[in-house]
Amino acid sequence: MTTRELTCVVCPAGCRMTVTLDEGGAVLSVEGNTCKRGKDYAISEITHPVRTLTSTVPLTTAEGEKMLPVRTDKAIPKEKLFEAMAIIRKSKASAPVHTGDVLIPDFIEPGTNLVACKDFA
Amino acid sequence: MTDKKLIIIGGGPAGLAAAVAARDRGLDPEDILVLERDSEPGGILNQCIHAGFGLHRFGEELTGPEYSGRYIEMARERNIPILTNAMALNLSADREVTFVSPETGYTTIRAEAVILAMGCRERTRGALGTPGTRPSGVYTAGCAQRYVNIEGFMPGHRVVILGSGDIGLIMARRMTLEGAKVLAVCEIMPYSGGLARNIAQCLDDFGIPLKLSHTVTEIHGRDRVEAVTIAAVDEANGRRPIPGTEETIPCDTLLLSVGLIPENELTRGAGISISGATSGADVNQFRETSAPGIYACGNVLHVHDLVDYVSEEAVIAGCAAADRILGKSAPVLKSLPVSTGFGIRYTVPERIDLTEAQEDVRIFFRVRDVYKKVQFFIETEEGEVLVKRAKSAAAPGEMESLTIPADKLKELAGADCAGLKIYLKEAGGSAS
Amino acid sequence: MLYDVLIIGAGCTGVMTARLLSMKNVKVAVAEARCDVAMGATCANSAIVHAGYDAKPGTLKAKLNVRGNTLMKALGAQLGVEVKNVGSHVVGFGEEDLPKLKELYERGIANGVPGLEIIGQDALRRMEPRISEEATHSLWAPSAAITCPYGITIAAAENAVTNGVDFYFNFKVSASVRDGEGFAVSDGEKTIRARYVVNCAGVHSAELAGILGERDFPITITPRRGEYYILDKNAGHLANSTLFVCPSDRGKGILVSPTVDGNLIVGPNAYPIEDGDDRATTAAGLAEITAGAKRIMPTVPMNMAITSFAGVRATPNIYDFYLKRSEQVPGLIHAVGVESPGFASSPATAEYLVGLLEEAGLKLTDKESYIPTRRPDGNHIQFNRLSEEEKAELCRKNPAYGKIVCRCETVTEGDLLDMLDAPIPAVTIDMMKKRLRAGMGRCQGGFCSPRVAALIAERTGMGLENVTKHGGGSWLVTKRTDGEE
Repeated sequence: MTTRELTCVVCPAGCRMTVTLDEGGAVLSVEGNTCKRGKDYAISEITHPVRTLTSTVPLTTAEGEKMLPVRTDKAIPKEKLFEAMAIIRKSKASAPVHTGDVLIPDFIEPGTNLVACKDFA
Repeated sequence: MTDKKLIIIGGGPAGLAAAVAARDRGLDPEDILVLERDSEPGGILNQCIHAGFGLHRFGEELTGPEYSGRYIEMARERNIPILTNAMALNLSADREVTFVSPETGYTTIRAEAVILAMGCRERTRGALGTPGTRPSGVYTAGCAQRYVNIEGFMPGHRVVILGSGDIGLIMARRMTLEGAKVLAVCEIMPYSGGLARNIAQCLDDFGIPLKLSHTVTEIHGRDRVEAVTIAAVDEANGRRPIPGTEETIPCDTLLLSVGLIPENELTRGAGISISGATSGADVNQFRETSAPGIYACGNVLHVHDLVDYVSEEAVIAGCAAADRILGKSAPVLKSLPVSTGFGIRYTVPERIDLTEAQEDVRIFFRVRDVYKKVQFFIETEEGEVLVKRAKSAAAPGEMESLTIPADKLKELAGADCAGLKIYLKEAGGSAS
Repeated sequence: MLYDVLIIGAGCTGVMTARLLSMKNVKVAVAEARCDVAMGATCANSAIVHAGYDAKPGTLKAKLNVRGNTLMKALGAQLGVEVKNVGSHVVGFGEEDLPKLKELYERGIANGVPGLEIIGQDALRRMEPRISEEATHSLWAPSAAITCPYGITIAAAENAVTNGVDFYFNFKVSASVRDGEGFAVSDGEKTIRARYVVNCAGVHSAELAGILGERDFPITITPRRGEYYILDKNAGHLANSTLFVCPSDRGKGILVSPTVDGNLIVGPNAYPIEDGDDRATTAAGLAEITAGAKRIMPTVPMNMAITSFAGVRATPNIYDFYLKRSEQVPGLIHAVGVESPGFASSPATAEYLVGLLEEAGLKLTDKESYIPTRRPDGNHIQFNRLSEEEKAELCRKNPAYGKIVCRCETVTEGDLLDMLDAPIPAVTIDMMKKRLRAGMGRCQGGFCSPRVAALIAERTGMGLENVTKHGGGSWLVTKRTDGEE
C-alpha cells in the first residue's frame, strides 16, 4: 500500500488530498477533497492525468493580424500537451470568429475540439 | 457630452458587472456610462487566456476572454454604453469626472454616482530595489503576458521568475508551452503567494523548481539580461540574502510577479480615504467610499485572487449606486467599524452601516501568515461572538470570507456596540 | 561630403556645442556611439543646475558653471523645457561644518554667484520643514535650479537638427586619419570627413584622444559611479529645494532634491570603477544612499522608491575641465574630464569650445535662417503640459491626443507619434521614455511599454522583434516559433 499527496487543480480552493493505492496501483481511497469533482480528479490524476490546454493562434482580421485565444473543449492527456502545442503553433485562423467556434475538430483525442475563446468580427 | 447618472470608471470584470447590476436594479441604460481605457472592454482578462475563471459565477471553468466575453455580451444586451480608449484623468469628491478619448476629446461630466473599477497594477523592479544593471528582459509577468498572448511574440527564452504570484506561475507554464525554459521561480517568503493549484499545474507539471525563501540579488547584462544572481534569505534577519548562498543563473529574461497594487491615483486625487492595509478605499458593505456616492469594487478596492469575487463585489456596488440614484437607499441607523485582531491583515468592508433594510453582510479578509487548523471569529468589541468558523488551513494568498447574518446585525442596531472585530485562533495556540 | 566640424559624443557638452554652431554658416556633424543623444553621464546624474560656489575661483569649472547656470535658464525658456529655480542648501550639521560653509560662501562670492547667504537653523527649518533636526546651518544659493538634463539636451539636439546639423548614431569611432583637408573619422564601416574635430566623448574622451592621434595625452579618466533612487511623485513635495550635505571627512554627501517632474531624487555615492560603461547598482551602494538620505531627511519614505539607477562621471586626473586645442593634432579640440558640474556648465562650455574653434581658424558668420525652436514650426507640444483648454483644443485638432498610452505619466498616442516624426525620431523604448516620460512613472512601463513598442514597430515597419529598449542587443521580444526549433 502506498499513498500520494496531491493538490487538487479542479477549482481555486486547491484542496490537499491524500490518495491511497494498493500494490497494483489501484486507488483504494481519497481523503482531503471537499467535493466529488476533487475525488474524480484524484483518481484521474493517478491513473490518467489530463489538462485543459489554452493557447493562441494568429488570426487574420480586417485590421491586421491579431492573436485569437483558443482552448481544448475537454481536458487532454497531460503527456500530449507539447504535441498539442506543436499543432497549435502551426495553426492560423481568419475572422470572423465567435467564442466556441471549432477550429480543429477531434484535436489530439477523438471528440475533443480546439475552440475559439473570443469574438472577432 | 451630457451629464450621466452613473459613471463607471473601468470596463473590466468589475466595471462591467457593476454596470449590468445597476441596469438590472432599474437604472436606465442611457443614464450609465462605462469608461474603458483600452481599445476594447474586458480589462486584463483579455490577456489571461488560461482557464480557471467563473467556476463560482457560471459553474464552469472559463478562460479570461470567455469570462469577460460573457459580461461584454450582457452589457451589449442591455444597451449599456461603453466608451473605449477613454481614460479618466481626474475625479472630484462631488463626482465630477474628467476624461479623454479620441471620440469625445477632453471632457468633464458630473454624475449622481461614480463606481471606481480601475483595477490594479503590478509591483516593479524599482519598488523592490533589485541591484544590478538595467538591461532589457526584465518584465513584470503581466507585461510578458501581453507580449505573448496579445502581441504574439516571445519576451525571452531562458527565464527566471521572481515571486510566486499567480500571474508569474501562469506565465511559467505559458512560456514553457511556447518553448521557453523556465529555470526557477524564486519566492522570498517561505510560502507561495499564488494559489496551490497553480503551483501544481503550472510548476510541478513541468518540473519547474520553486525556490522558497530565495530572492534575486543582482541582475547582470548591459543590453539584454545575461544572468541573475539568486540567494537564500534569512527568515530571522529581515529576509536579507545569506552570504555564501548566491548562485548565478545564466538567462535572458527575468519575470517579476511580486504583488499587485490597487490603482488609486484618481481616488487619492478626490481626497477619498485609503486603507493602509489594502491600498484601496475604505468602504462600507455597499462598497461606498468616504465620498458619498462614490463606490469602489474589484481590484481597485483590494486585490482579489478570483475574478468571480470581483464580479460579486461589483454587483454590490452596482446595486447600491443604482439604489442611491433611484432614491431607494435605506437610511443608515448606525455605523460599526470592523477592526482586525490576531492573524488578520485586512477586511473588506472596513465598516458596516446598519440600516432598516438590513441584509446579510459578507466580510472578505486575508490572514497575515500561514496557519494550520484555524478558527475564525467575528465578535463585537464588547465580546459577543457573532460568527465562528473552523478551517483546516489558511494562507495570505487565499482570500477568506465570513457572513454575518442579518438578524444578528439587526440586534446590534439597538444594542450598545462600538464595533466589530475579526480574528483567528490556531489549534493549540492562543490568541486574543 | 566634408563637414566643417565633427563633434564626437552627443552628451550635453557635444550637443550644446553643435547647437551653437548650427546658428552659424558651417556644416556640422555629431557622431555618437550609442543610439541616442544623452546616453552617458547626461542621462544619469543629479539633474541639478548648480549655482557655482563649489569650484575653486579662477578655474574653468567656476567660470563656466556660473555662466552656464544663467544660460541654461535662457535655453530652457527658448526651447520650452522647464528649468525650475528652486535654489539649493548646503546643509551643515553643527559648528564644525561652519568653516566649510564659509569657505564655499567665499568661493561663491569670488565666482560671482548671486544671492548667497549662510542661514541658521530657524530659517532653514522654515524653508525646509522636513530637514533633520540636527541640521544647524546652510549655505543658501537661490540661483541653483533643477531641470531634466537629457530633456534639455534632446531639445537642443532637435534644435540643432532643425538648423542643419547631421547626427550619426551607433557610430563608435575606431580610427581617424588626418590629411591636408582634415580628418577622416571611421567606425570601421562608415567614414565622416571634417576639417575640425571636437572630442566630447565623456568617460571615453581620454581614450578617444589617442584614436584621434594624440601621443602621451596628459589626461587620464577614472570613471566614478554614483547611485541614485527616484521616489514616487507623492514624495516630490518633501523637499522644496536641493539639499546637499556639507562635504566633510565623514564622506561625500548624499543629496535629496525635488525633480522638475515632481519626483524626489536621492543620491549619489561616488566610487571609482574600471569600466566607464558599468552602470550597475549594488546592494551596498543603495543601502548607503538610503542611510545618507535619512541623515538629511530622517522621514524620507524610501519605500516610495520607484526606481534606482547609476551614472558614471568622467573624473580626470586634474582638478579642472580640460578644454584645449590639441598641441599635436591641428584642428582637434578636446573637452575632456568634464565631470560635475559638467551639465550645469554645458551651455557655457559650448561657447568656450566654439571660441577655441575660432582660435583654431574656423570662420563663423551668423546664419540668417536660424530657427530658434526645436522644430521648424515651433517647440513641440506635449499633452500633459497643457492647460485644460489647450488639451481640449489639441484633442479636437488631432484625436490621437485623446488616446492615453502611458497612464502614469499621461502620455498620449499623439505625443508618441509626434516623437516618431521628430527631428531625431524616437525609435526605442528608452528614447520615448526620455522624451515623453512614457514608462517612467509608478508602473515603470509595465503597462505601456508593449504598446509603445507596438506603435514604434507599426509606424517604422520594423517589426516588433526589431524594437529595442536602448539599441544594440537590448531586444524586447523574438518571433514566436512554429515549434520547429
